[in-house]
Amino acid sequence: MKSSLLKTSALATVFGLGATAAFAADEVRFMCYSDGNECEVYEDVLSRFEADNPEIDVIVDVVPYQAILENLPVQLAAGTGPDIAKVTDLGGLNQYYLDLAPHVDRGYWESAFGDTLNWYRGAAGGDGIYGMHSQLTITGGFVNATLFEQAGVALPASDASWSDWAAAATKVAKATGTDFPMAIDRSGHRVAGPAISYGAKLFDDAGDAILVDDGFTAFTQQFVDWHNDGTIARDVWAGQGGATYQDAAQEFINGELVFYYSGSWQVGRMDKNVGDFFDWKVVGSPCGPSGACSGMPGGAGIVGFEQTKHPKAVAAVIDYLAQEDVYAEVTARTRNLPAHSAVATKGVEFQDASPAAADALSAFAADLSDVSPIAFAYQGYAGNRAMYGITVERLSQAIVGELSVAEAMERASSDLKAALEETK
Amino acid sequence: MLQILTPLMRIIEIPMLALQRRLGVNKLAWVFLMPNLVLFGLFAFLPVLLNVAYSMTGGDNVLLGDRPYVGGRNFGLLAECDNFLDPNSCREDKFWRAIWNTSWFVTLQVGIMVGFSLLTAIILNRDIRARGFFRSVFFFPVLLSPVVVALIWKWILQRHGVLNAFLDWTGIGGYNWLVDAQWAFAWSVFISVWAHMGFYTLILLAGLQAIPRDVYEAALMDRASPWRTFRRITLPLLSPTLLVVLVLSLIKGVQTFDEVYAFTGGGPGTATTFIIQYIYEEGFAGAPRLFGLAAAASLVVAGVLVLLTLVQLWANRKNVDA
Repeated sequence: MKSSLLKTSALATVFGLGATAAFAADEVRFMCYSDGNECEVYEDVLSRFEADNPEIDVIVDVVPYQAILENLPVQLAAGTGPDIAKVTDLGGLNQYYLDLAPHVDRGYWESAFGDTLNWYRGAAGGDGIYGMHSQLTITGGFVNATLFEQAGVALPASDASWSDWAAAATKVAKATGTDFPMAIDRSGHRVAGPAISYGAKLFDDAGDAILVDDGFTAFTQQFVDWHNDGTIARDVWAGQGGATYQDAAQEFINGELVFYYSGSWQVGRMDKNVGDFFDWKVVGSPCGPSGACSGMPGGAGIVGFEQTKHPKAVAAVIDYLAQEDVYAEVTARTRNLPAHSAVATKGVEFQDASPAAADALSAFAADLSDVSPIAFAYQGYAGNRAMYGITVERLSQAIVGELSVAEAMERASSDLKAALEETK
Repeated sequence: MLQILTPLMRIIEIPMLALQRRLGVNKLAWVFLMPNLVLFGLFAFLPVLLNVAYSMTGGDNVLLGDRPYVGGRNFGLLAECDNFLDPNSCREDKFWRAIWNTSWFVTLQVGIMVGFSLLTAIILNRDIRARGFFRSVFFFPVLLSPVVVALIWKWILQRHGVLNAFLDWTGIGGYNWLVDAQWAFAWSVFISVWAHMGFYTLILLAGLQAIPRDVYEAALMDRASPWRTFRRITLPLLSPTLLVVLVLSLIKGVQTFDEVYAFTGGGPGTATTFIIQYIYEEGFAGAPRLFGLAAAASLVVAGVLVLLTLVQLWANRKNVDA
């Protein structure tokens, strides 16, 4: 009796475990960071995906952006990364990406995401499909229109140069007693657009990264001069060390800044925090001596990782987010520029956006046509993070007088050479 | 209690006696030391070995097995310099800037801090009113997290901070302290002294209280001046404690990172970038992540710290012998 009871219990346990295993959903962990409300929206949208696909359980782990930059690469190298992540080092992490191509409709993805697919291919190249560009960003200028009005200075025309804007902003700052005429975020990505407008090529004819050339040096000299004569706020670039990112959004929101060069991802913040304190608008990227008026594209994308145990589930999740209706909904709710061609063509009605924010996003979207091919190539270059870091460090040293512009350029070239050597 | 413990001890005694018979009394000591040795080996000795191994590899892969062996190349890169006094002439200029910044910082911070700690300890050792309160006041900053210390002082010193508001109010006019290299460095030293002084004051206070009162009474009877009493009695009898304070603050000074990093980020430029920040940025924050170079730089720091510890041991021994 005792023996048959034991046997029955054992059988029940085995069947129970088997049944549990058979019905256990594939757990997919999604490491997500938010610029605004992105992760919240993804969680909501993915709950519908889970309802339609009970065999897949998506867990959205919301982390700070710093974790994506610093922890994720180490986790991936150690083989302990998530299944999916929202990343900004698009080409740099390519070696860990899961190729979604065998699991998705290549035709649809290529027509929807076009050139942005290249950004995820990194140095490896090829025709793999590695990531969905979830939010397209572009750098550009924000101006405090109220200060211009108070100073009685007309806003420079849409084809105005950096020098025109510097002169106008200085005039406005003087007339209104504003702390600073201009500021540019402390970021190598942010100064790349202006540098290209000054003639920087960033790559040689063979397509190898060089960073420093006459155009880049000319921009650096101008940038340093603007810091020295007070046109640009020193606090942003000289108030930090290393390659640390620093923006000047708070100064702009406080009304201490006439012209602020940042990017489309700041629209939500401006909309929320400026309110009716003053009128602000987006003016795109000013032009440089080379004739280009380029900003820098960028943004974030959703990628799957090769080390996942559930490649099919991972591809299914990303493919779901890439579908036109889902993508359009997420874009509208998160107030980001779409990288999906059909969504961009049809236009997005941004949810809860004020008229100023909607105008700003439209202005940024319109500015995309001015983006130089060099800027697109730079964004897709796998070693761009190293170049951004070198730019920030060496330009900062030139600004505070630790190095002359010539010395800073020499150092930037040798830093890049060493970085390329090390990552060969 | 004893009734419970005795049988328990008997249970332990049986295998231990067997082990002692097998190994002998002397070797049994290793058995007792083993748990500690295993933990020490795993969490202290092994990381040091790994650090040495990483310092001899290149590339930007995280896993040691994926990294190419480069021998002493990383140390060579750090040492490649025309003139060590001029970081601009060095290949790794940022490393040498960090070395010089750290050297200046340690010299100033330790000198000022030990001097002020001694002065404060002497004052707090006297029979002054509200002595307990003042002892707490000086110790309070030690309890704060380095990041909190940095943020408090950032709020005070930033362009629209408390200090500038006060200076504007007095008519002197404010100053943008944190974008001026010299001022940012000076404030970093000041804040570090402010944050850590209480700890060393406490140690020196304990040292002062350990000096027998009768020595001072004898000096008083001999009508020795306060300065002579300080020079001939307080300082010599306090010197072992002073030495501990000096060495501890030197080691802590070389390791300075968190509060200055949160305060200035190492800027303006590299004005407040110290050696630990250099290691952090090369190994973890920058791109590409140069773990090999960072590991080599950290071994240089470890060498300096070992040297300082040896100096402390030597001085302690000298004191004991004296």
